[in-house]
Amino acid sequence: MAIVADAPKAGFRLSMLIYDTRYRSLTIQVIVMILFMGGVAWLVDNAIQNLQTLGKDFNFGFLWNRAGYDINQRLVEYSNDSTHARALLIGLLNTLLVAFLGCVAATIIGVFAGVLRLSKNWLVGRIMTVYVEVVRNVPLLLWILLTYAALTEALPPLADFRGDNPTSTMVLNNSMAFTNQYTVMPEPLFSRSLGNIDIGIFLISVDLLAIIAVIVGSVLANRAIKAHATRVQEATGDRPVTWWKSLMVTTLPLLALLLALGFHLGYPELGRFNFSGGTEISNSLMALWLALAIYTGAYIAEIVRAGIMAISHGQSEAAFALGLRPGRTMNLVVLPQALRVIIPPLISQYLNLTKNSSLAIAVGYMDLRGTLGGITLNQTGRELECMMLLMLIYLAISLGISAIMNVYNNSVKLKER
Amino acid sequence: MSGTKANSASFVRDTMLSEQDPPITERGVVKWARENLFSGPLNTFLTIIGAVAIYIILKGLAPWLLHSVWNANSAAECREIIAAAYGEGAHGACWGVVRERWAQFLYGFYPSEHYWRVNLTFILLFVALAPILFANLPRKMLWFSVIYPAVALLLLWGGSVWVPVAALAGFALGWLAYRFALPVTGSLAATVAAVLVPIIWWLFFAGWFAGLAHGILPLGMEQVPSSKFGGFLLSLTIGVTGIAFSLPLGVVLALGRQSDMFLVKTLSVGFIEFIRGVPLITLLFTASLLLNYFLPPGTNFDIILRVIIMVTLFSAAYIAEVVRGGLAALPRGQYEAADALGLDYWKAQQLIIMPQALKISIPGIVSSFIGLFKDTTLVIFVGLLDPLKGITDAIRGSFEWKGIYWEPFLFPALIFFLICFGMSRYSMYLENKLKRDHR
Repeated sequence: MAIVADAPKAGFRLSMLIYDTRYRSLTIQVIVMILFMGGVAWLVDNAIQNLQTLGKDFNFGFLWNRAGYDINQRLVEYSNDSTHARALLIGLLNTLLVAFLGCVAATIIGVFAGVLRLSKNWLVGRIMTVYVEVVRNVPLLLWILLTYAALTEALPPLADFRGDNPTSTMVLNNSMAFTNQYTVMPEPLFSRSLGNIDIGIFLISVDLLAIIAVIVGSVLANRAIKAHATRVQEATGDRPVTWWKSLMVTTLPLLALLLALGFHLGYPELGRFNFSGGTEISNSLMALWLALAIYTGAYIAEIVRAGIMAISHGQSEAAFALGLRPGRTMNLVVLPQALRVIIPPLISQYLNLTKNSSLAIAVGYMDLRGTLGGITLNQTGRELECMMLLMLIYLAISLGISAIMNVYNNSVKLKER
Repeated sequence: MSGTKANSASFVRDTMLSEQDPPITERGVVKWARENLFSGPLNTFLTIIGAVAIYIILKGLAPWLLHSVWNANSAAECREIIAAAYGEGAHGACWGVVRERWAQFLYGFYPSEHYWRVNLTFILLFVALAPILFANLPRKMLWFSVIYPAVALLLLWGGSVWVPVAALAGFALGWLAYRFALPVTGSLAATVAAVLVPIIWWLFFAGWFAGLAHGILPLGMEQVPSSKFGGFLLSLTIGVTGIAFSLPLGVVLALGRQSDMFLVKTLSVGFIEFIRGVPLITLLFTASLLLNYFLPPGTNFDIILRVIIMVTLFSAAYIAEVVRGGLAALPRGQYEAADALGLDYWKAQQLIIMPQALKISIPGIVSSFIGLFKDTTLVIFVGLLDPLKGITDAIRGSFEWKGIYWEPFLFPALIFFLICFGMSRYSMYLENKLKRDHR
C-alpha cells in the first residue's frame, strides 16, 4: 500500500506533466529538445558515414592551395597563382561591391519613383505605376538576363572603335567608351602618391585614406560651424551667415590635398587588343548592377510611397497652418516621420538585394557564389566545406547589415515615454 | 422693402441670363490637362520629360512590334519575310519562335502524347482551388481539394495508382486512429496515436501495400521522369506545392517565435534568421549537392522534390515573419479576451487570434507567394529547365532559332507577369472583402 500513501504526500502525479500548465511547457520543451538533438545527431552521423565511404575528410586546408583560375573583375591583386582563400576574398569584395553600388542606385531610383508616383502629374504617375508593376511581377533573373543581353547586343564591339573610319567613338571628350564587353572610364591617378600600406591581406592606398580623412574632417568642421551658428542664434536671435564658411571648409582642404598629391585623370587609350589605362567595368558587373537597382528600386518606390502616405494629411496641413513653405514642410515635418515607417522595410530590401546579388552566376560575374561556391567547389570537390563557408559568410553579411541598420533605426525611432 | 416694383429701375435685369458654357480653359480636355499635366513649372517639366521618355521607348519598340512575324519556322525565314515586306535592314519581332516552340515553354520536354495529363492537372487545380479562394462555393468541394495532391502526383509523374492511394491511406488511418482512440484513452493519447499511426504506416507498410495492390490490380499510367519536366509545368509544380505547404509551416514558425517556451522560441528564431540570412540559391545548391551527405548512405530522392522542400522552407521563414507582424499588430485585449473566455491555447488561436492576424497579413503573405513563384526560375542553377533561362537557352541553342534574342525572353516574362499580377489583384480583392472596419 506504499503507492497509495505516497501519491497524496508528493502531490505530484505523472499526468501533471501534461495536464498541469506549470509543468506542461517543461515537458514539451524536453520532448522538443530530445527530437532536435536526435535529428542533429542523425544528420551528423550520416554525414560522418558518408564522408568515410567517399574517403573524404572535413577540413579547410584546401583554402591555402593554389587556385589556378583567373578572375577578370577584381578590386585587389589576384592571379591564378593565388590561393583559394584569396579567390574567396575577391569574390566577397565583388559581392560587397555590387551590393553597395546596387543599394545606392536602387535607393535613388526608388525614392524618385515613389515620390513621382504620388505626384499630381497624371502622366508621370502612370509611368511610375507601370514601372513598379511591371518590374515587380517579373522574376529578377529575367531583368538580369535582359540587361546583359541589351549591353552585349546593343553596344558596339571593340573592333568598331578601330581603323581609319571607326563606326563607334568614345564619348565625353574621349574619356569613356561603352563596348559590348566592358565600359572604360578615366581612372584617378596621383603623380606624387604617398604609396600603399600592406595590411597583410591586401594593399591599401594611403592617398585614399588621406582623402577620406580630409573629407571626414571637413564634415566635422562644417558641423561645428553650424552648431556654433545655432548657439549664436539661440543667444541673440540672429543666425550668422555661414554658407561661405561651410563652402570653404568643405572644398578647400580637399582641393589642397588633391593638388599636393598631383591628382589627374588617366584616360583610356585604344591599344592593339584592348583599351589600356582607365578603369574597366565589365558588362557582367554593369548588367547585374543595373538589373538589381531597377528591380529593388521598384520595391523601394512602394516603400517610400507607403511611408509618405502613412503620414496623416493633418500633419502637412498643420505645417501649412504654421506658415511653413512646402519644401520645409517636407523636410521638417513629413520626411522625419515618414522615415520611421520607411527605414525597417528599406533595410530588408537592402538585405534582399545583397542576397539577390548571388544571381551573378547568370551573367558570369565572379562574386562569392562564383568563386567559393563555383570554381573552387568544383575544383576541390569539397562541397560540404565550401557550402558551409558560403552560407556562413552570407549570414554574417546579412546579420551585419541588419545590425547596423537597427542601430540607425533605433536612433530615429519615436522616443516614447 | 422700400416698396419699389421689380421693374421700376430700368437697369435691373428681370430675366435670367441663359446658361453659358464655362470658358474653354476650364472645361474638357484643356481643363484636365491644365490641372493634371501643366499645373506649374515643375509639373510641366515632368510632363515633357515623361512624354519624351515615352516617345523614345515607342520609337525604338513600335517598328519592331509592328513588323512582327508569326508565320516563320526559323530565324532566317523570319528575317527574309521582314526584309521582303519592310525593306532591307528593317527590324522586326519574330514571334514565330513562340508559335513553334510554345509547347516547350509550357511543358519542357514532357512527352507530347501525355500533354493531356498536364492539362487535366492544370484544370483540376482550379477545381481544387475554387472552394479555398471563394467562400460562397459548396463546402463539399473541399474534399476534392484534399485528394488533389495525390491526383496531381499520379497524373504528372505517372506510375502505379496505388502509390498515392497508399499515401492518402496514411491520413485516413490517422483519422481512424484518433476516432477510435478518443473514447478509450482520452484526447492526448488519441492525438499521439493520430500522429504515430500514419508515420508507422508510411515507413513500414505503405510500400508493401502499394506493391501488393499493384500486383493484384495493376492500375497506373506511364511514368514520366523528373528530368522531362520543364518550362511553366515545372514552375507551377514547384510554385503551387511550395505555396500550399509554406503557409501552414510559416504559421507554425510564427507561433513558435511568439511562444513563451524558451527552447521552442530559440529554435524558431534560429531557423527563421538562418533561412532569411542566406540566398535561396545557396539552399538550392545544398539540396542538389549536400543532401546526399546528410541522408543515410544509399538514399537518393527526386531533385524536384528536394527543390520543393527547400523552396518551401525558404518561403515559410518569410511567411513566418509576415504572420508575426500580424500577430504583433493585434491589440493585447484580443489575447486577454480569449483567456477570459476560458479558451485554451489552440482554441484561442483558431477562433480569435489567427483569423484576425492572418487577415492583417494577407498583403505580406501574398507578396511572399509572388516572390516564391518568381524564385522558381532559380532552379536553372541546379540543372532543371526553368521557363526563363533553361528553355530559352535550349531554344536559342537550336539551329533554326540561332540569333533570336528578345522574343524567347518576352514570352515567359509575359506569362509570369500575368500570373503574379493576378495574384496581387486577388489579394486586394480579399483585403477589401475581409475589411470589417468602416474607416
